[in-house]
Amino acid sequence: MAATAAKTKKEKKPFNLVKWAKSRQGQQLIIGVAFMIIPLLLLFTFTYLPFGEMIKFSFYKMKYSTPVDKRVFVGLKNYIDVFRRDDCFSALKLSLYYVVGALIQLVIALYLATILSFKVKGGNFFKGLMFFPFLINGIAVGFIFKFFYTRGYVFDTVLQWCGFNIDNLPYWLKDQSVNNWSLVATSVWRYFGQNMVLFIGAIMSVDADLYEAAELDGANKWEQFKHIILPSIKTIVTLNVILSITGSLSAFEQPYVITSGANGTGTYFVIMNEIAHTSQKVGLASAMAVVLLLIIFACTILQKLFFKYIFRDAESMDESYAAKRARMKAEKARMKEEKRRIKAQKKGAAV
Amino acid sequence: MSSQAVTSNKKRRKNYSAGHIIWLIVEYASLIFFGICAVLPIVSCVITAFKTNEEYANTNVMTLPQSWLNFDNFIKAFQTADMGRAFLNSLLVMVIVLFVSVIVGTQMAFVLNRFQFPGNALIRNLFLFASLLPGVAMQVTVYQIMTNLHLVNSLYGYIIMSCGTDVISIYIFIQFMENIPLSLDESAIIDGASYWTIFWKIMLPLLKPAIVTSCILKGVGVYNEYYAANLYLQKKELHTIAISLYTFVGPMGSQYNLICAGVIISLLPALIVFICCQKQIYSGITSGAVKG
Repeated sequence: MAATAAKTKKEKKPFNLVKWAKSRQGQQLIIGVAFMIIPLLLLFTFTYLPFGEMIKFSFYKMKYSTPVDKRVFVGLKNYIDVFRRDDCFSALKLSLYYVVGALIQLVIALYLATILSFKVKGGNFFKGLMFFPFLINGIAVGFIFKFFYTRGYVFDTVLQWCGFNIDNLPYWLKDQSVNNWSLVATSVWRYFGQNMVLFIGAIMSVDADLYEAAELDGANKWEQFKHIILPSIKTIVTLNVILSITGSLSAFEQPYVITSGANGTGTYFVIMNEIAHTSQKVGLASAMAVVLLLIIFACTILQKLFFKYIFRDAESMDESYAAKRARMKAEKARMKEEKRRIKAQKKGAAV
Repeated sequence: MSSQAVTSNKKRRKNYSAGHIIWLIVEYASLIFFGICAVLPIVSCVITAFKTNEEYANTNVMTLPQSWLNFDNFIKAFQTADMGRAFLNSLLVMVIVLFVSVIVGTQMAFVLNRFQFPGNALIRNLFLFASLLPGVAMQVTVYQIMTNLHLVNSLYGYIIMSCGTDVISIYIFIQFMENIPLSLDESAIIDGASYWTIFWKIMLPLLKPAIVTSCILKGVGVYNEYYAANLYLQKKELHTIAISLYTFVGPMGSQYNLICAGVIISLLPALIVFICCQKQIYSGITSGAVKG
């Protein structure tokens, strides 16, 4: 079709150009190009161009200011350094703290979401309180927690109210045995409300009849959670678990703002930022970025595979689900019937 | 006779309440506990922000201030960090970025969703791939490009970059458009409408909910973004609100009554917007995440 359009255009050029522009193909082409040029240009300039440069730079020893001809090609040395240098590799291990934190955060969020999905007095108020930290910018969060954890300040005071002696309390941001946990806690504080809102959204999309039916069947809250809520939000929970792993690898804001990576709190990105912008070892920083990207891609591919498997699983779940629902409905009807019968009997007896 | 049924019903409910009450207590206890955890850091900041220097030095941080009307810290913080200017900068960045990303994003989504052409899938995948790249890692080389384009230390450079690094909203738009029937376009074409008209007169109005969603997600992101802002907006008069707080690092590093006042000022707009459009924000967060 497009070919014929082009042909006719060639044959009677001056007359048909306008007509062509008004034809469907012509319009599609013009609109398509006009609508796509800006986003594609932006995508190229700020994503793919830097991406290509990053791969190229990772093979060079260079600074930002080094002119192109002075850059030294070093082959794979930067990559080897990423794994050899203590600061880079131990930083990668730090992300395990954040993985644990993220999992705790998911559990808290799921628990609170379950509570808030049912009718609770002041539910909206609590939801708002817990969600609000998500809307605070990273630097403000940093200041709030620097203040919060300072010796003898908020956290210590509250613990003293609970009966702790201040002499037994560690320095939350300096003591290497706790400072990473302190930072992880700020990240949990910031994001658990957002996760909770996500889960509430997912739980709300479950048919409310199901809960009613389950309650009539005498299921308690835990059983309801296990058999109704969890299966129906399995997808979003799994997705969040995987996202939290990639997110943990790129943990950056809390250590960057609160401790600037001092005292063994420098996560991978904090170190990378320092290497790139303070020591100006752009090659090494690029290699670090590429290594991280590879890890993230591996996680993403795993996620895709996992979901393929889960999806099949979920579908079969859905079937049994529908069956369960039908059964519950039938049971509900039966119970009503029975009640009516009992009532009628009682009536009869009274008469 | 029917009263009998009522009492038996009541009895049943009472039995069932025993476990229920324990559950209720656990429920509210955990809500209150986590609620306190969520607000305690902020509340302590508010308390400190109202204290005078002497009070701050001599009392415990959790002691309430003598006067809740002592706004000196707020005024001083506002002036020291030049927050008026910072608010204007943030507003400018937000308005332009939101406007551009809505127009550009919906147009892109329109083309990708409505037109079949070779390379359609490729472009979609390019955007998808881009969303996997973590921002901080990319800044290592984006910085080089920004320097070459002379966009460092320019508010417009930062704005252009912020528009360019947004890819998620395109997916929200595409997803939403898939639910707008094609027959709508077809009938409009039969009526003689061009694609241009279809986009502006039919698509854009129908996309309103998706636009609200993406504006909320993007708006929160832009308002709070500080890493790139810190990298590219070094001059003080270019500071956005997120990085204006950096003024307090260094010389005033331990004057927390002032810092807390600054922090509170910076989160007031977020609080106001949150209170006004709670519903939209929740639904925006939820539908933004469903795309997977």
